Amino acid sequence: MKKAIAISSGAAALCLMVTPLLAEPDDDSLVINEELQMVTETEAPDHLEYVNTIYSGWRFRTDETQALQLDDFDNPAMLTVDAAIDAFNTVDGSEGKSCASCHAGPEDFAGLTASMPKVIDGKLVVMEDLLNNHRAKAMGAEPWKWSGQEMQGMVALIGLQSRGMPVDVAIDGEAAPFWEKGKEIYYTRYGQLELSCANCHEDNYGNMIRADHLSQGQINGFPTYRLKQAKLISKHNRFRGCIRDTRAETFAEGSDEFRALELYVQSRGNGLSVETPAVRQ
Amino acid sequence: MADGVKPRVKVPKTASAGEAVTIKTLISHQMESGQRKDKEGNTIPRSIINRFVVDFNGQNVIDVTLEPAISTNPYFEFEAIVPESGDFTFTWYDDDGSVYEETKSVEVS
Amino acid sequence: MKLTRRETLFIGMGAVVAATVPLPALASVEDAVAAFTGGADVGSGGITLSTPEIAENGNTVPVEVSAPGAVSIMLLAAGNPNPDVGTFNFGPLAASQTASTRIRLAGTQDVVAVAKMADGSFVRTANEVKVTIGGCGG
Repeated sequence: MKKAIAISSGAAALCLMVTPLLAEPDDDSLVINEELQMVTETEAPDHLEYVNTIYSGWRFRTDETQALQLDDFDNPAMLTVDAAIDAFNTVDGSEGKSCASCHAGPEDFAGLTASMPKVIDGKLVVMEDLLNNHRAKAMGAEPWKWSGQEMQGMVALIGLQSRGMPVDVAIDGEAAPFWEKGKEIYYTRYGQLELSCANCHEDNYGNMIRADHLSQGQINGFPTYRLKQAKLISKHNRFRGCIRDTRAETFAEGSDEFRALELYVQSRGNGLSVETPAVRQ
Repeated sequence: MADGVKPRVKVPKTASAGEAVTIKTLISHQMESGQRKDKEGNTIPRSIINRFVVDFNGQNVIDVTLEPAISTNPYFEFEAIVPESGDFTFTWYDDDGSVYEETKSVEVS
Repeated sequence: MKLTRRETLFIGMGAVVAATVPLPALASVEDAVAAFTGGADVGSGGITLSTPEIAENGNTVPVEVSAPGAVSIMLLAAGNPNPDVGTFNFGPLAASQTASTRIRLAGTQDVVAVAKMADGSFVRTANEVKVTIGGCGG
C-alpha cells in the first residue's frame, strides 16, 4: 500500500514532496547601502552542464528576509564583523602580535575571498586555514574553532573586502583534482534519504521543499547570518546540516572532503558577486 | 556583564532645528528566553535586555520594555525630534544588572 | 488552580473558540490587555501594525507599529508560551508614535498591538503571521 509507506517514512515523503508554487527566483535587484549593485543572476560558468543561469540565494527569499541585507546597519551579521575589526587590532598569542602588526588593515585583503579556496603548496586551502595558520605561525596563538563566531567573524570581515567582486575561483591546473573530488561529492547520494546536493539544488531549485523555497545552494554570501541560528554560519556548517538532513553520517567541518566540496560549490557561483556577509532564513 | 555585548547606533550627524530624524539601534545580545533547554534537559535561565531608553539632552524620546520574545541582537527603529544641538544617549539594561551606554552628538545647523 | 471571575469568564468564551485558538494563550493575552488598559474599553482604528504575511523563520520577524497620538503601544504574540513581547513608551521628543523591532514567534499566530492614546482611550489591532518551517528540518 503506497500511502502507508509514504506515511511511515514521513521525513522522506516530506523532503521529496516538492510543489511548483514558486517556480522561479523573484525579480528583485540587490543594491546594498543604496550604492553597491550586486550581480544575483548571470550566465552559468562553462563547466556547469545542467544549469544555464546561476542565481544568488538572496533571490529565493521573502522580501522581509531580503531587506535585512539591503543596508549594512540592518544586517545583524555586522555586529560580528565589528567584533572582528576589534580582534584584528587585538594582540593574541605568545609573539605579542595582532593581525594589524603585519597587515595594515582588512582592506589589504580586497579580492582574496573572491579567489578562495585555492591551492597553496600543493594543498587546497580555505580562508579558515589561512587564518589559523597565521595565528599559529605568526602570532603563536591558539587556533580558532572552525564555526565559532571569532573565526567566522574574521572570515566575514575578510570576505566583506571582496563584496561586489565576482566570484572567480580557479578549477584547472593544480586545483583540478580537488575540484573533481568536490564535484563527485556534489553528485553523490547520501544518507537514508539518498539525496545528493544536486537533487535539491540543481534539479529542484525554485520549487518548494515543504515551506522552504529551494535555492541553488550558492555559497557566495557565506559566512551568512542565518535567522534560524541568529549568528554567522560557516560554509562547512551548512554543508554538514544539509548532509545530516539526508540522514547520513556527515563529513567534519574542516575535513578535506568539505574543502573540496567548498571549491566545487564556489566554482558553481563563478560570476555572481561576493555577498559576504549575507542574511538568510 | 554578558560576553561581547556591543551596541551599534545610526543617527544623522546634522539636522535642522525641530527636524524629525530616523534612528536605528542594534545591540549584540543572546536574549536567552528562559524557554530553552540545554543538552542535559535543564532549562537555560532567562537572560535578556529588559529595558531600552533613549533621551536627547535629558528629555525622553522612547522608553521600551523588552520581553523574551524580542529577537537575538535587539533591533529598534524610531523617529526623534532634534530641537537643538546636543547628545542622544542610548541605554540598555541587562537582567544581570549590566548597563550598556552609547552617546551620539547631533549638530543643528 | 484558583480561578478568578475573569478567568472563569474567559474559559467560558474560550470553549466557543477553542477549535481555532489555543485556550491558555487566549486567556493570557486578554489578561495582558486588561493589565495594560486597567479594564477600560478598547476600540479600533488609528493603529497600524505591519507584519509579514509569511515569516521564513520565526526567530526574527520584523514588525512595525504606529499609532499617531499614542503615549504607549504594547505588542503581544498570542501563540507564544508567554505572549508578552514589549511595550514602547513615547517621550516628548518622539517625532512619531511609530517603532520597529524584530520579534520571535513560536508558530503561526496573531500579533496583537494595543495603544494607549493621550486622552486615556485604548485601541487595538491584530495581524496573523504564518511562520514556516524549513525543508528537511534543517
